[in-house]
Amino acid sequence: MKDDRILLAHGSGGAVSHSLISDFFLKVFTDPTLKRLDDSAVLELGSDRVAFTTDSYVVKPLFFPGGDIGRLAVCGTVNDLAMSGAEPKFISVGFVIEEGLEVSELEKILKSMAEACEEAGVPVVTGDTKVVDRGSADQIFINTAGVGYIKDDIDISGSNVKDGDAILLSGSIGDHGIAVMSKREGLAFGTPVISDCAPLNGMVKAVLDSGAEVHALRDPTRGGLASTLNEFAEQSGVAITIDESKVPISEGVLGACEMLGLDPYQVANEGKLVAAVAGKDADRALEAIRANKYGKDAQIIGTAKQTDRPKVFVSTAIGTTRILDMLSGEQLPRIC
Amino acid sequence: MVRFLSEYRDKDLAQGILKRIEKISKKPANFMEVCGTHTVAISKNGIRHALPENVQLISGPGCPVCVTANVDIDKMLAVLSLPDVIVTTFGDMMKVPGSYSSLSKERAKGADVRVVYSTLDAIEIAKNNPEKKVVFFGVGFETTTPTIAESIIEAKEKNIKNYSILGAHKVVPPAMKALLDLGEVDLHGFLCPGHVSMVIGSKPYEFIARDYHIPCVIAGFEPLDILESIYMLIKQVEDGRSEVEVQYKRAVKPDGNPVAVGVMNQVFEPADADWRGIGVIPGSGLKIRDEYADFDAARLFPDIEVPPTREHKGCRCGDVLRGLIFPYECALFGKVCTPTEPVGPCMVSSEGSCAAYYRYDERVKA
Repeated sequence: MKDDRILLAHGSGGAVSHSLISDFFLKVFTDPTLKRLDDSAVLELGSDRVAFTTDSYVVKPLFFPGGDIGRLAVCGTVNDLAMSGAEPKFISVGFVIEEGLEVSELEKILKSMAEACEEAGVPVVTGDTKVVDRGSADQIFINTAGVGYIKDDIDISGSNVKDGDAILLSGSIGDHGIAVMSKREGLAFGTPVISDCAPLNGMVKAVLDSGAEVHALRDPTRGGLASTLNEFAEQSGVAITIDESKVPISEGVLGACEMLGLDPYQVANEGKLVAAVAGKDADRALEAIRANKYGKDAQIIGTAKQTDRPKVFVSTAIGTTRILDMLSGEQLPRIC
Repeated sequence: MVRFLSEYRDKDLAQGILKRIEKISKKPANFMEVCGTHTVAISKNGIRHALPENVQLISGPGCPVCVTANVDIDKMLAVLSLPDVIVTTFGDMMKVPGSYSSLSKERAKGADVRVVYSTLDAIEIAKNNPEKKVVFFGVGFETTTPTIAESIIEAKEKNIKNYSILGAHKVVPPAMKALLDLGEVDLHGFLCPGHVSMVIGSKPYEFIARDYHIPCVIAGFEPLDILESIYMLIKQVEDGRSEVEVQYKRAVKPDGNPVAVGVMNQVFEPADADWRGIGVIPGSGLKIRDEYADFDAARLFPDIEVPPTREHKGCRCGDVLRGLIFPYECALFGKVCTPTEPVGPCMVSSEGSCAAYYRYDERVKA
């Protein structure tokens, strides 16, 4: 990292964020569990395995089509736990509130958090509140952390993708990023775009219970599908090829991306999962995902192959091949 | 809008055109795509590697951000360092390094730089901050210049006195002429920019076909548009013709958009411009006419101190922009220079050739 100051791009979830993590955080925090860079840390407590994760939410605006900062804060942490194969059990909440926030807004956020907790079946069990003077924060920032329980026979990690795995995607991409962006920038598109913000622990449970051999799960949040697939490729040493025509993208997202010059593969999602599943079990896993209310549009989008050049390839709509690279630089700041 | 996209991305039709290209193309054919949006579309759709060996697509000086000379960026940064200045710009300009810094780095240090999607947003910012001087960094070709001209007209009409433009505007045809006059690249055709041509029409390219005997096809931006345009260029090469043909008929008329051209001419007049990699090209730039001098940041801030320009060591963006080398032939490409840690503007801008090759082109990313 050459920069002598933190840039917005360092929070993008793409390549620049990765350089910040590897050049700074991992130099100081050297625990091998952290080094795996999975969505959650998988830890042994006595004879049990638990997943532990934390995330902060700074989305602007606080309320956007399909969600708000509260729902996002609950779903994000629930999903990070679920993506390690854990059953989310408890979450904590920390608020940093700017002086002057309207109490009615706070109430709306809290109500939305309660509803998301109810839906996910995960209670808030501890919390903290700080209020800072005007200008020291922007309305409200929320941190959540969560703990989940991992069953004995489950071994899910971004570094477990294997030769011959099918890559599954639970639905359309780019909805969250575009929904927040359109609200924030006051952009109106022909088809309104609604954030996909949702808890996915039910979907993960269904896939695991289906008996399919699941190797990796991840929710493609910041950096989008492109970052998730590149992380899988790098961590597991595989080449992933996806078929562009199989990746669902809504008309609204496609239109907005065309107009704004964004790549939908790099736009954030908050209610989607990507799964690497043994090829033989692909259909079974797909069926389980599609049975969930957030997974109706799920697709098998590609395959993984052993390689010494880990990369992600796209078979384009016109029958050619190109690379799919990780997001570099900032795309849309403060979308989660 | 989306409904009209999939039709231009049809696999069978695309494969059909590729077969026709394969069938008729015998002669060597080096075509330059002049527009950065074409460069990206070509790479993103994997078209470079789907063509026969004798057909090469060479990226030209078509990314407005990339061709902006260091000295212009340095000037902008100097204006930014003045008190009470808000700089507004299109997002692509943020990360492009000048000699010593970039807008993005200055923003991180506390400078007030705001990304806008339209000059109208910049005018709003000026209205809402009457105590500040709002400067829009105007970079771009004929596609965006009319909107910038319009903002100046509006600012004058509404008597907005704290809005100005620091302009590094450029026009495309003189740059194409300059490349041909340099004679460094063996070119057999131009894939002419679709959006620029929507504004200026097809006539400004006629001298290229007539005087230089180089075929020109004005192309759209969808995969089928580009493939069909390449086919049309190859057909001209094989037939021994050189004409200006319009593939992008649904958007481009011979006379372009007279209203947009009128607005542009009302505010700007031709001037020389400094292009990265090429140098000063006569008549290839635009400067604000005297009657709008109050909105010309170059004249409002005459005393800014601009440090001596320096180029980035080892960076061959200039050679890339002239079509002399492919991005991957630069020693820095993909090693020292990546989209994450870019050295030159062609790797920074989303429409830069180096970034497009790095992101999408498999062959060159060993």
